[in-house]
Amino acid sequence: MIGGRAGAVARKELRQIVRDTRTLLILLFLPAFFLLLFGYALSWDIRHVPLAVDDRDRSAESRTLIDAFVRSGYFSLVADLRSPTELDTLMDRNEIRAALVIPQGFAHDLLRGQAAPIQILLNGDNANTATTIMGYAMSIVQAESARRAPPSLEGTSPLVRVESRIWYNPQLRSALFLVPGLIAYIAMITAVVSTALSVVREKERNTVEQIRMAPIGSAAFLVGKTVPYFFISLVAQLGIVLVAMTLFGLPMRGSWWLLLVALSLFLIGALGLGLLVSSVADSQQLAFQIAILASFLPTLMLSGFIFPIASMPPFLQALTYLVPARYFLVALRGIFLKGLTLPAVWIELAALAAYAVVVLTLASVRLRRQWS
Amino acid sequence: MNAIEVLHLSRRFGSFVAVNDLSFDVRPGEIFGFLGANGAGKSTTIRMLCGLLRPTSGTAIVGGVDVGQEPERVKTRIGYMSQRFSLYEQLTVDQNITFFGGMYGLSGPRLAARRAFAIDMAGLSGRERLRATELAGGWRQRLALGCALLHEPPIVFLDEPTGGVDPLSRRDFWALIDGLSGAGVTVLVTTHYLDEAEHCHRIAIMAAGRLAALGSTRELKRIFDHRTIVEVRASKPVDAMRVLDELPAVEKTSVFGASVHAVLRASTADPVGALAAPLAAAGVRVVSIEPVQPSLEDVFLDVVGRAS
Repeated sequence: MIGGRAGAVARKELRQIVRDTRTLLILLFLPAFFLLLFGYALSWDIRHVPLAVDDRDRSAESRTLIDAFVRSGYFSLVADLRSPTELDTLMDRNEIRAALVIPQGFAHDLLRGQAAPIQILLNGDNANTATTIMGYAMSIVQAESARRAPPSLEGTSPLVRVESRIWYNPQLRSALFLVPGLIAYIAMITAVVSTALSVVREKERNTVEQIRMAPIGSAAFLVGKTVPYFFISLVAQLGIVLVAMTLFGLPMRGSWWLLLVALSLFLIGALGLGLLVSSVADSQQLAFQIAILASFLPTLMLSGFIFPIASMPPFLQALTYLVPARYFLVALRGIFLKGLTLPAVWIELAALAAYAVVVLTLASVRLRRQWS
Repeated sequence: MNAIEVLHLSRRFGSFVAVNDLSFDVRPGEIFGFLGANGAGKSTTIRMLCGLLRPTSGTAIVGGVDVGQEPERVKTRIGYMSQRFSLYEQLTVDQNITFFGGMYGLSGPRLAARRAFAIDMAGLSGRERLRATELAGGWRQRLALGCALLHEPPIVFLDEPTGGVDPLSRRDFWALIDGLSGAGVTVLVTTHYLDEAEHCHRIAIMAAGRLAALGSTRELKRIFDHRTIVEVRASKPVDAMRVLDELPAVEKTSVFGASVHAVLRASTADPVGALAAPLAAAGVRVVSIEPVQPSLEDVFLDVVGRAS
């Protein structure tokens, strides 16, 4: 516990937070809400693509292939077609996005070691989705044909073969990629908004006048005001991490201590930004709007959370260097997914620390000037 | 030694002179009233005396500390409370006291003793767990005063402390201030209510940044020693005022409710007669016309009118 006057401010602030439903909502409910909303809704994974099968061979071999599609988890069998016209209807009604046509003689060709063509029909109204589904289908078919290739034919396979293997997130689950971004996003909004509101509230209700009359410096006052938000936000962030680990299977391959350092540095920067906002705004309403704009937009757009930085125009790419979430995301993904240690993430942590120092300095200079 | 010593104190904001060469002393235990129209420089003066605002020139010693040199040290010797004093509304009476006590570095038995004092003074025993927002105006204001006195400051600044409070609560509040003064606490108070100013031992009237008059109520009223104030009650005070303003014997007039106070020049021999005849001639119906003792309001209007 911090002592003396800053401690008195911190204890008062905690009591106010507990009393103030709005702040509590921002600090605790909002993170949980965002996590569930984005965690479940925001996903680029394509799973359970509704699939129709037109099996004209009706052999053990054709059933094995269909089974491979279903077992992959990427496809769900919704229709077994009897006629080609049925396929058109289902595709038009959006009941299926893909169809697998196995011609007669499939088993016959396979058993004779001949190439056995099959047809895959895709709904191309969403090009991205279609491409992804195509990729899934190809890999299933390739795996199946490799399994069936007789050993004697091995020599005829191409000399150069790509054995692709995806590290850290082998199933390419987008949740693993998004959750660190979500943590940054939520931390930024709650920390910036809650600190900005708490300082501006004192201005708005004029309680700040009484504090200025008391023998407490602006530094002690600001420390007392932000420390409770720091710890509450930190707890909220760790809660999000734990929930993400249980619900979304986020792996924790790195050090908890390093995670704590990264979270703390990022939060201090966010609290500093909140203080800076409070030095600009005189009403809670204005503070809320500025805080949302200053925290939400850059973190969502310019951090690499949703839009890859590498595909931005150069001017926007340059701008991302000013967004702390950019570094935070790299550090978090590194710690969670890659199990990186300090030597690998120190640059990101240093950038976060530098951001925190700059923002806090700016905020305290501005607030001190207003103080007297 | 005086509780407050102000010498040639000035404060400029750009080209605007908010406080201009102010000098006065306040004695320990004195209730010192600060009167003046809005913008006369009262608040700027108080902010300088509290160490919030640096004087442009001149010195102010408050509780033995030079506020220009050690503004932070002044803060430990003074209590401050204003009409705008804001308690934390969502916190309880007790929590507010704990917080403000903490701001002045109070803890343990001393805080407990001062908490008991503040609760008792504000008449809030049994209501310690009420939220500040649930208190009526008078109580809230007494709690605010209690919070400003937790650290037992020898000097208290009250900036329009009774604004927006009902008359009964105002009277209770002034009883508290009288009690503080009796206990040796120096009180510097600003107010818009001239009837309240009668509680003050001495009054300073500020106008346009300058000290326009200073003294006890009785001393201030001496500016009317050689002039007479005649109160004219008429059915139409505005008509009466128009007639009176034209008379050479009348220095100036002002409206007091339903009556008019006319200040007569020193040389007027028969004050009542000098006014009654012209009023009757002009057809103004006069209810009563008689000389009165000057009130503090007469003094204030006279001093401020002359200074501006």
